[in-house]
Amino acid sequence: MKRQALDVFASGLAPEVRDAIMAGTTRVLEKRQTTLAEDYADPDSLRLLAGQVRQHALDHLDRYLPLAESRLRDNGVQVHFARSTGRALDIITGLVHASGTRVVTKSKSMASEELDLARRLADVGVEALETDLGEFVIQLDDDHPSHIVAPIIHKTRRDVAASFARHGLGDYDDDPEVITRRARRYMRKKFLEAKVTITGANFISAESGRVAIVTNEGNARFGLAGADVHIVLAGIEKVVARDRDLPLLLSLLVRSATGQRISSYVEFVSGPRSAKQPSGPREMHVVFLDSNRSKIVGGEMRQILRCIRCGACMNTCPVYRQSSGHAYRGVYPGPVGSVLGPLLKDDENFAELSDLARASTLCGACGDVCPVNIPLPDLIARVRVRSHREGTVHGKQGVPPMWSYSLLARHPMLWRLAMRLGQVLNWLPLQHLPLSAARAWSGSRTLPRWRGGRFRRWIRSRPRDQDG
Amino acid sequence: MADDRKTILDQLGASLSQLTERTPYPQFAADAATPDTLRGRGPVLFAERLTKANTVVVDTPQALGDFLARRDAKIGYCDPELASSLRPWLGADVELDLEFDRERVNEYAFGITRATSGVIETGSLILTDRDTSNRLGALAPWIHIACLDPAALHLTLADAITGLGDDPNVVFVTGHSQTADVEGILIQGVHGPGEQVCLLYDLALPEGPGDPDQ
Repeated sequence: MKRQALDVFASGLAPEVRDAIMAGTTRVLEKRQTTLAEDYADPDSLRLLAGQVRQHALDHLDRYLPLAESRLRDNGVQVHFARSTGRALDIITGLVHASGTRVVTKSKSMASEELDLARRLADVGVEALETDLGEFVIQLDDDHPSHIVAPIIHKTRRDVAASFARHGLGDYDDDPEVITRRARRYMRKKFLEAKVTITGANFISAESGRVAIVTNEGNARFGLAGADVHIVLAGIEKVVARDRDLPLLLSLLVRSATGQRISSYVEFVSGPRSAKQPSGPREMHVVFLDSNRSKIVGGEMRQILRCIRCGACMNTCPVYRQSSGHAYRGVYPGPVGSVLGPLLKDDENFAELSDLARASTLCGACGDVCPVNIPLPDLIARVRVRSHREGTVHGKQGVPPMWSYSLLARHPMLWRLAMRLGQVLNWLPLQHLPLSAARAWSGSRTLPRWRGGRFRRWIRSRPRDQDG
Repeated sequence: MADDRKTILDQLGASLSQLTERTPYPQFAADAATPDTLRGRGPVLFAERLTKANTVVVDTPQALGDFLARRDAKIGYCDPELASSLRPWLGADVELDLEFDRERVNEYAFGITRATSGVIETGSLILTDRDTSNRLGALAPWIHIACLDPAALHLTLADAITGLGDDPNVVFVTGHSQTADVEGILIQGVHGPGEQVCLLYDLALPEGPGDPDQ
């Protein structure tokens, strides 16, 4: 039996990478927990509320999306719709070419990762500079983010310093302050040179057409101070009903993502710069990306679209913490990626990525920490059911066949017999048997001694209660 | 593009029509996420919250002058409307540029602009496009000084967000620019200011002029 791709990747992970991920995720989880405990007597009630707020917007997206479009247009924003990542890429490339610029600054945006935007713009001769420090390092290394909030969680300061040295950003120096200053010096030239800046959106209010963008570094803000054209790329699910939803959602987003109470820069952009403002975009575009979201929104896994990209589910996931984001082979790692990955671009990706749902212990931790109450364990189970129903090849890998268990569980006599015969497992060297399922299970696990059937014998031996 | 719009909205309609019921909008107070411990009022509390949120508070123009002298900050950008009020308190050797010169971006040690209001809950400064004389001036120099009338405060994040008005660009600034991308170690001043300062003082400035086209 072939092992699951995620297992294979995780088993080859360097110990220092695993340590870095463990340290990074633990640090943020603890800070999140401390902040929530200090601030709220009942944080659970808030995340249930936030889940309802998000689900309401999604359940009425056929109303709120056109409303957001209308408000944005009223505010002087040009609105575009892209049914696929390819179409979004065409639209953005067209806008960049029309501006005449060869340099574009880009803030962190998971939707842009879906497009592989920076590489695709480079293909057409446009330098799209990633301005989030972590994303910048990823770009230098031609790597991919391994976490949606902390993209270089898998790298050490030594890795980053070596990368800077290789790319002519100074001699090797792994002091994070030196690294940050060098990035600051390099990037501000680009901020002032670029005529176009591309951001994502944390939320878009249908009520006002206001786009909320959250950063700590101020990179989105600098892009919006330096460039003439602002392009927002956002999945259609980013729309929320009202401005009054934003304080709740932002408060939970930031606490869940970093354990802060608010990020350094929370920017609300509703249109091009005002008439007397000398710096900032004169032109603003919003590109709404579908990429199968419009199908997911009414389906059995629709709650996944509530996700506000805080990363809490991956920080707490024992599988993510042992395997890293790269093991998920897609833009979205961790529990959210196990569901969203296969569903986005459903036709081509579901079968390919359906094994990710197996990469879960279903321990429930991801569901417990989600600030918008996404029932992640249930959704992961649903992906498993669907992959079984559709007989996807990847979904079966590394999964022992369950027909024999099913047969035994339905026939008590056979079950009792199996319980007795199971004693033989205590003497068999499972690791050396020519049974791939046995090898897969025992390769990384120490099985307890077989004690099957003893409970039944024990319960039979007890005197029956006269009243029972 | 028009086809994509139609395709997406048609698909949305078809998809959502499968739902037997749709989640109603829940009843809740806009400030539901404001912790009780962060409620409160008054400039004194606001100054405490600013400090806690990594913002240096100065309460007079003279204190601002002293601060810049201690930092040895000699060249900076200043909102032209603030310059006459502040000039007397800054050292004679301090050069103020009243127009932000992109060529001098690395020479500016500080930038002085107006803040429109503040949020007591979070210790945030609110910069609006119409009151900020130059976005770059409020971001690019190592030190940013936001001049704020202490009377212009919102109690909660919810008050501030639901009262954003029609300004096209509003940013809530809470402390300095920072990153923890490298091994989770907090470093200040990535792209924006490494030091955020608030002059919490009524300079008796006129209301922001607003947009002629609004």
